[in-house]
Amino acid sequence: MNTFASKLSSSTPGERARALFKVLSDKNLIPEGFIEGITDLMENKWDPANGARVVAKAWTDPEYRALLLRDGTAACEQFGYTGPQGEYIVALEDTPTVKNVIVCSLCSCTNWPVLGLPPEWYKSFEYRARLVREGRTVLKELGTDLPDDITIKVWDTSAETRYLVLPMRPAGTEHLTEEELQKLITKDVLIGVSLPLAV
Amino acid sequence: MDGFHDLGGFQGFGAIDHTINSKSYKPVFKEDWEHLAYSLMFLGAAHLNKFNIDQVRHAVERIGVRQHVGTKYYERYIIATATLLTEAGVITQEELDDALGSHFKLANPNHATGRPAIGDRPAFEVGDTVTVRDEYVSGHTRAPAYVRGKTGVVLHRTTEKWPFPDAIGHGDQTALHQPTYHVEFPVKELWGDAADDGYVIVDLFESYLDKVQA
Repeated sequence: MNTFASKLSSSTPGERARALFKVLSDKNLIPEGFIEGITDLMENKWDPANGARVVAKAWTDPEYRALLLRDGTAACEQFGYTGPQGEYIVALEDTPTVKNVIVCSLCSCTNWPVLGLPPEWYKSFEYRARLVREGRTVLKELGTDLPDDITIKVWDTSAETRYLVLPMRPAGTEHLTEEELQKLITKDVLIGVSLPLAV
Repeated sequence: MDGFHDLGGFQGFGAIDHTINSKSYKPVFKEDWEHLAYSLMFLGAAHLNKFNIDQVRHAVERIGVRQHVGTKYYERYIIATATLLTEAGVITQEELDDALGSHFKLANPNHATGRPAIGDRPAFEVGDTVTVRDEYVSGHTRAPAYVRGKTGVVLHRTTEKWPFPDAIGHGDQTALHQPTYHVEFPVKELWGDAADDGYVIVDLFESYLDKVQA
C-alpha cells in the first residue's frame, strides 16, 4: 500500500462520523432528539411502500392518474408523501413503447418521501457513470431485458425535480385489489430498472 | 466543476452490484454510523443554518480525487459536513483531530467564487430547441459535462423557481431564482455510436441554456 492510501485509511468511516458527532455534541450543538427524529424519517417514514400506494391508486383511479401526471406534487401530497427531497415531484409514464429510468449522475438525488432513501447500488459510481450512456445494456445486466422497439428514457436528476416511474399495469391483474396491486410495485420498479412483478 | 463526481458517461466501470429486486433495502442503514451522515448534514444546514444543500454537494465535489474514489457514499457527506462546519468556524480541524485521535482529512479548500445567473431573458417554452451553453465553470454547477454544447428539446418548464446552484452553492444568498427545464437529448447525440440508443433527459437551470432560433 502506498503512503497516500495508508494515510487515508488510518481511521475508519465510522470513527470519523463519530468524531464529528462528538465535537458537535461536546459543544452542545445537537438538540435532544434531533438525530433520532431525522433517523426515524429516513428509516421508517420514507419508504417505497409509499410510492407503491401512489402507483396502485393511479392504476385503479383514472382521475388520480391524470392528476399524478399533471401535478405529481399535488398527487403525492394527498398521501402526505412530500417533504425534503420530494418538494417538486414529476411522475414518468411508461407506455407500450417507452421505458423510463431514473438516475442522479452527479450524486444521488432521489425522491425520498416516495421512494425511500436511495440504495447503495443507485449511488454507486458504476450506475451513475453507465446508465446515461448505455441504458439498455445496464438494464439487461440488472435483469430487465427490453425488446428493441421499446425506447429507453433515462432521467438524470440534476436539479430540484424528483421523479417516480409510473409503470404499466401488467396484464392479468384486472381482478386484483389496490392493496394487492401495491405488492407488485417494488423500489426498483419506482426507480425504473424493474418492471412490476409478475402476478 | 469538472471533477470526478461528474460521472455521466465515464467509461471503465464494471458491473453494478445489483440484480433487480434481489436485495432488501432494509435495514436502510447497513452500519451503525451511517444515519449520522444526513442527520449531521441537516443539523448544519437546517438547524445551525451554516450552509445549504448546494454547498454540501459542492463540498463533496471538493474532496480530493484520490480520497473520493476510495470513500463510501455516506462517508463523503460526513467529510463534507465537517468541512463546511470548519470553514464556517463552528468547529476546528484541531477539535476533529483530537476527537478522532488522528488526522481528520477534510475536502480541498474552495478556490472558486461562484457566478451569478443570467437574468432578463424570456423563458423557454415546451418544444423549444435549446443548446447547453459551451462554458467551463470552476465552481459548483449542476450541468453535467456530457451535455455541454449539446442540443436538445424542452419537455417541461417547472412551475417553481429555485436559487441558481452556481451562486447559492457558494453561499451567495442573492442568487437569482430560476425555473429549470427537462431537456431531452438523443443518447447518440451525446456519445455517437459509442453508446446505446435511447434518450437522456437532464433537468437544467435556465442560465445553462440558450434557445436555438428556428
